[in-house]
Amino acid sequence: MNSLSEPRKWERIFWPILASALLLVLWHYSVAWSGTKVFPSPREVEKGMGELLRHHVLWRDIVDSLLRVAAGFGAAVLLGVPLGLALGWYPAANQVVNPVMQILRPISPIAWIPVAIIFFGVGDRAAIFLIFLGAFFPIVVACISGVSNVPSVFRRAGRNFGLTAPQLLTKVLLPAALPQILIGLRIALGIAWLVVVAAEMIAVDSGLGYLVIDSRNSGKRYDLVVAAILMIGVIGLVLDLAFRRLEKLRSVRWGFRFES
Amino acid sequence: MPVTQPVSVPAAVTTKLSVEHVSMVFERDGKSTHVLNDINLEVGDGEFVCLLGPSGCGKSTLLNAMAGFLSPTSGEIRAGGEVVRKPDPRRIFVFQERGVFPWLTVEGNIGFGLSQLSRAEREKRIAYYVKMVGLEGFEKTYPQELSGGMKQRLEVARALAVNPDMLLLDEPFGALDSITRLIMRGELLRIWEAERKTIVFVTHDIDEAVQLADRVVVMSARPATIQQIVNIDIAHPRDISSPRYLELRDGIFKQIGLAHKV
Repeated sequence: MNSLSEPRKWERIFWPILASALLLVLWHYSVAWSGTKVFPSPREVEKGMGELLRHHVLWRDIVDSLLRVAAGFGAAVLLGVPLGLALGWYPAANQVVNPVMQILRPISPIAWIPVAIIFFGVGDRAAIFLIFLGAFFPIVVACISGVSNVPSVFRRAGRNFGLTAPQLLTKVLLPAALPQILIGLRIALGIAWLVVVAAEMIAVDSGLGYLVIDSRNSGKRYDLVVAAILMIGVIGLVLDLAFRRLEKLRSVRWGFRFES
Repeated sequence: MPVTQPVSVPAAVTTKLSVEHVSMVFERDGKSTHVLNDINLEVGDGEFVCLLGPSGCGKSTLLNAMAGFLSPTSGEIRAGGEVVRKPDPRRIFVFQERGVFPWLTVEGNIGFGLSQLSRAEREKRIAYYVKMVGLEGFEKTYPQELSGGMKQRLEVARALAVNPDMLLLDEPFGALDSITRLIMRGELLRIWEAERKTIVFVTHDIDEAVQLADRVVVMSARPATIQQIVNIDIAHPRDISSPRYLELRDGIFKQIGLAHKV
């Protein structure tokens, strides 16, 4: 198989499985040969996962984490998309707001944890606030650049057909910017999933992030820590794959390049 | 043989569009560029006029001003007697094929300007223009899956569907290959003969202008002035090897200052 030839169907499944299997083997023997008493082997993690599932804590934690992401990400979409569209639409307003946003944007949501706790106390609302902060800026920025990158032929065509300003926004600018907005939403969802874990380690006592920190604190159960970490990875992947399906909708497909 | 024609339209035809002493100066970075210099032109109702000139001469600028996307620095453009101040669905601008909306199907694009019609009326109109431009069977297709020529026909159909008085075409076939371009010229003439819209067509292709237009407006390099208006007195369909065709075309070649040799 060289880099130019199209991989065959079985190869597309076979090689990734082989790579994962090799990684598991490497993990297993690293633990065995180093003689570590702390870091668990794959077998122990599997048992830990089974234990979590049997005691029904895992499902509750997963649901709690997902609900927090849904609330924080949802709020970021509801506020960020209209704001981003408006700022893209009025470049003058954007120039006013942009410096503040450029300063706030690179701040990790983790840095806001103390502030969130002052505002909301220790609890769900602080965690949701942190997720909101993490997701909000990428969404706003994607909407601004999406709208301002709409080719002028589309705007002119819209005006030519006699559209009013609100119609131009909903019938031309929004659909034309939608592929770029979707990319922003996808990035924001990824960040939201990163932030929920961090927030749950500090602000609340449920969720996958709490499970990680609690498994360590109560009896150094590193098999459970790693099981929870793997679960976080798998759910993050599923969220991303689910979101990518939106990119295949026919009215936005034109904005994306697909390999096949 | 003189091929010059007075600027005005023959008396029997009513004037649809008049350009009166239009000049255009763009200011950018403190530098001003003089693009159009005292342009005067009348276009008759149902007439097919080509604006012909070298690239960058300002013919597109003039067309944008006719559409109402740009305001002249001085002078006035009138359409049907009213001064043009902003874009209007009565004068539809046709871009190169990239003007079609990629997020809408063929039907959606053609119906774009028809939202105020009843559903039944809109569907009738869409079906009529789908047929006119030969896109039957592609009603639910997205532009991404159409060829360049089909996209261009789609854009013409979208323009015609709102029943404008006038079409303003800005090098509409410029991005097409030469065979498709020839076919599209035939299609455009067929549609023009059926609908008798006033057409102003910008091109830098001398053959294209002489094949299509009733009158060819030859423009100079920037700042553009009208050098000459050539009346193409050959009936359609035009025989592009006839002596008259070659004579008119060669006259324009000379006018533009090109030796007719490669």
